[in-house]
Amino acid sequence: MSLSDAMKERLTNDVKNNNVVLYMKGTKDFPMCGFSARAAQVLKAAKVDFADFNILDDNDLRLGLKEFSEWPTFPQCYIKGEFIGGSDILLEMYESGELQEMLKDLQKA
Amino acid sequence: MTTDEIEKLIKNGLPDASVDVRDPMNDRTHFEATVLSPSFKGKTRVQQHKMVYAALGDSFDGPLHALALKTGVPN
Repeated sequence: MSLSDAMKERLTNDVKNNNVVLYMKGTKDFPMCGFSARAAQVLKAAKVDFADFNILDDNDLRLGLKEFSEWPTFPQCYIKGEFIGGSDILLEMYESGELQEMLKDLQKA
Repeated sequence: MTTDEIEKLIKNGLPDASVDVRDPMNDRTHFEATVLSPSFKGKTRVQQHKMVYAALGDSFDGPLHALALKTGVPN
């Protein structure tokens, strides 16, 4: 098992204390993978602030998240504590307007 | 990994699915797949993607780097 109690607690707090979280390869300003870049771009286009965590810097985080989210790939996005999915789902939700609706109360002016 | 291998794994896990796997950059690393299955009915997108990932097993720990995924219920 890669998901320790400490990691579980950390992740639970991460996604509770930040309305929008993106676990990604690289950072929102310097993404290291096309899919992570796309996910960050979608969130920027949706005009919300989000916390970014670079899973390439932290192997425990990377392995822990795979179990925590039951999801094998990155990026992974959480909104208001709920697992939303990866970049494909984010993009689909942006294109359908579902994402903007979900983030309505968080959008920057 | 080849598109055929990925397609086979997904079909083994989801026998009723129609599966189309592409390798748009021809690098055998970054794949795209469209998976349509009646068993996705009533499931959220996250649940649908998880069913495909389950079929792919631990491929992501090894030969499969990236898979852009589109899932849905056939018309």
